[in-house]
Amino acid sequence: MYLCTRNSSYNHLLKPSTLNRVMAEQLDIKELEQVVVRFSGDSGDGMQLAGNIFSTVSATVGNSISTFPDYPADIRAPQGSLTGVSGFQVHIGASKVYTPGDLCDVLVAMNAAAFKTQLRYAKPNATIIIDTDSFGPKDLQKAEFKTDDYIAEMGVNPDRVIACPLTTMVKDALAETGMDMKAILKCRNMFALGLVCWLFSRDLDIAFNFLREKFAKKPAIAEANIKVIQAGYDYGHNTHSSAMNVYRIESKEKTPGRYMDITGNKATAYGFIAAAEKAGLQLYLGSYPITPATDVLHELSKHKSLGVKTVQCEDEISGAASAVGASFAGALAVTSTSGPGICLKSEAMNLAVIMELPLVVLDVQRGGPATGLPTKSEQTDLLQVLFGRNGESPMPVLAALSPTDCFDAAYDASKMALEHMTPVVLLTDAFIANGSGAFKLPELNKMPAICPPYVPEELRGSWTPYMRDPETGSRYWAVPGREGFEHILGGLEKDNKTGAISTNPENHDLMTRLRAEKVARIQVPDLEVDGDKDDADLLIVGFGSTYGHLHAAMDELRAAGRKVALAQFRYLNPLPKNTAEVLKKYPKVIVAEQNMGQLAAYLRMKVDGFVPAQFNEVKGKPFVVSELVDAFQKLF
Amino acid sequence: MAYTAQDYKKGQPRWCPGCGDHFFLASLHKALAEIGVAPKDIAVISGIGCSSRLPHYMATYGMNTIHGRAAAIATGAKVTNPRLDVWQVSGDGDGLAIGGNHFIHANRRNIDLNMILLNNRIYGLTKGQYSPTSPRGFVSKSSPYGTVEDPFRPAELCFGARGHFFARAVATDAPGTIEVLKAAHAHKGASVTEILQNCVIFNNGTHDSVYDKAGRAKNAIYVRHGEKLVFGENNEFGLVQEGFGLKVVEIGKDGYTLDDILVHDAHCEDNTLQLKLALMGDGDGFPIALGVIRDVAAPTYDEAVEAQIAEVKAAKKYHNFTELLETNDIWEVK
Repeated sequence: MYLCTRNSSYNHLLKPSTLNRVMAEQLDIKELEQVVVRFSGDSGDGMQLAGNIFSTVSATVGNSISTFPDYPADIRAPQGSLTGVSGFQVHIGASKVYTPGDLCDVLVAMNAAAFKTQLRYAKPNATIIIDTDSFGPKDLQKAEFKTDDYIAEMGVNPDRVIACPLTTMVKDALAETGMDMKAILKCRNMFALGLVCWLFSRDLDIAFNFLREKFAKKPAIAEANIKVIQAGYDYGHNTHSSAMNVYRIESKEKTPGRYMDITGNKATAYGFIAAAEKAGLQLYLGSYPITPATDVLHELSKHKSLGVKTVQCEDEISGAASAVGASFAGALAVTSTSGPGICLKSEAMNLAVIMELPLVVLDVQRGGPATGLPTKSEQTDLLQVLFGRNGESPMPVLAALSPTDCFDAAYDASKMALEHMTPVVLLTDAFIANGSGAFKLPELNKMPAICPPYVPEELRGSWTPYMRDPETGSRYWAVPGREGFEHILGGLEKDNKTGAISTNPENHDLMTRLRAEKVARIQVPDLEVDGDKDDADLLIVGFGSTYGHLHAAMDELRAAGRKVALAQFRYLNPLPKNTAEVLKKYPKVIVAEQNMGQLAAYLRMKVDGFVPAQFNEVKGKPFVVSELVDAFQKLF
Repeated sequence: MAYTAQDYKKGQPRWCPGCGDHFFLASLHKALAEIGVAPKDIAVISGIGCSSRLPHYMATYGMNTIHGRAAAIATGAKVTNPRLDVWQVSGDGDGLAIGGNHFIHANRRNIDLNMILLNNRIYGLTKGQYSPTSPRGFVSKSSPYGTVEDPFRPAELCFGARGHFFARAVATDAPGTIEVLKAAHAHKGASVTEILQNCVIFNNGTHDSVYDKAGRAKNAIYVRHGEKLVFGENNEFGLVQEGFGLKVVEIGKDGYTLDDILVHDAHCEDNTLQLKLALMGDGDGFPIALGVIRDVAAPTYDEAVEAQIAEVKAAKKYHNFTELLETNDIWEVK
């Protein structure tokens, strides 16, 4: 849609130095609103790093970015095989971009397998950059091509292909460095990056600085990478500028500040760290490795210098159970999981419900049921975390909206757990956990205070464990080590006054209501409505990570003249106070979610007379904006 | 400050009259008074079952949690606050069946928990089903024709999980119980103390051979580090090593003198002979070993966590959230 490129078919066989530099000075630079680039190659080809640098370079000039890595399920698929292809998609825009983009405008395919498998993520007129050195007979065989003319076989217009002997040129560029061949080949990704940087008129100095910082301890590696980026850039400049356009994405909505690129999982970990520090508590994570939540364990395990304690437990159960013990002992306790792990944690979550101890349960949702689709994304745990426990078990639930919102959501979940003495579920999913965005560095001193309800000193002598703060209804916290407040908690129902074990019917009924009331009283912000909030004909409703796609779909419909609004739930329990008001305000409502209708069912239960249309998909991959637009369009 | 047993006591236990848990609880109160840790610095954490009611009768911090998870919950509490004196109390079902995984991993990690296993070889609170320590052929409500499975012997699990401390006492033997509880507390790292405890309702008599003093004199051997492994009413018997196994001999008979008798080594890293001691007495003609069978020093998990934090704190340049942010690749939009 934005690109129109032609390949100077044969000059890729020439070395850049032999080309006519004069032509290069007559560049025709075109402005673009947004562009999607997908880097793809073998798992070991460094596509994530190339994509990462490109997005950082773009973000540095103030472009909006959204990225999504697409890893293969196999850890070490055979080199060059179809199952071993790894991708990294980045969407950059002059104005805000909400998703990593449906299909790409530029596809970098480092080998034949990548070309074959990734083409379906490319727009029909996309520019395709390939390394012809990786399309030899063996490569083609591994990628299961039937002919030598792979471009024709895939039905691609050769004019849109930048076919370059990338590997050869990388070897040439580094020939005099004395590096060994293995190290040289590791720099191939930087050539592709340089070429893409040229295509989008990127300032290479930013990339160079990035690499010099990243490899501060290995300056030779940094300089080799820089040399190759420059070679890639020059190659594009020298060979193709006579034949194709170069583009620029200006930044229209710059928010000044200092930024970093952050994945959702890392942002979640940072949110917990920030909350613990703000609350003046130790951070404890009890966890068990499970895709795609494990990176939170990895991240937190690194930060011992902040006093973070992580225990990789023997199972999911003990991950949650040990966190309950940590909470009792006075930590901000977190347990993280995904998929079947959340089932195993429900027992300990319920213990935290009845003991009324703070606990944050992070569920990075993935495709289910059972082992399901471990690396893929879904929103199918909503009803499980709301209701999937024995007994009456009310628990606050939050869902993060984007990779960067994972930081705030983790902070908010921690604050809620600590201040209301309750387990809280934080829902993210594989899509936002692995995806990344530009994260404006937060200032901890400007974040809201976190004040757990420690037992007031004046209650010494009269305090019992289930006395409650009259305002919030939460019980007070007495941490072991404090003299005079020794007490016992437990999984058995307790007397509301004495704290002793009680099977009294009235007491159990009362305690059940008190626990529910405590959660219901938690103040959450009103549901916000984006778009045509006053006069929309259609309200789109979603929760959590689909925010970007639903927002993009809304934008497209509005651009086409439709009156559309979007209400995205971040707080699932308790629901915002204005929920019914918002849901009933618009003539038509569609609830769009990556499950078979869990949010719709929940809202119907909570809002009398609410009967929405539904859009449900469980493909394990993010929504496709164009499909959403088509579906929503039918409602007008 | 000096404490008395009274300082650790709370409430009126609701176990059946004659239940072995009563005896154990009294010994625990006394042992804690002798150890002298303030009640505010103690957490007693149990699972579910008759014996897991114990924290309710302690004037310390405590949790009576969910079935099987006490060791895992205790792990989180101890890692968070290593100064907390954590006692984890379970029965044979709670600790070895539903909680078996947590039991072995707490031992493997060597986290400084005092793990008490009250073994009555029966599920009491659910009214009499066979447990993982019930002998093969055991008749119970859930095995009316006898079980067709072999039991765990707790020491095997503890040793198999690389446990560094194992002791055993009989619930009714107050001095023996207090002695091992003090040793368990003194041991840094996971300690397993098996308490042979009678269920008067559903498995009465299961430990009869050693439940009273006279029985112990005949059928038990008190093992003490550095002392000869002798037993009998007049210490007339002893243990010697023969081939790959142990053998009971009568001192003065068949040419055996006191010099031939093995000296107990609880500190020996190799647990082979300790395991043999721990497994004696299963109707095999050997006495049941009581006392501290294994007590080997090893690095503890909780101390290692603290040490690693101190080490990394010294090595890294970032020590708060704001400094952490600065470790990333940052760009500025102006």
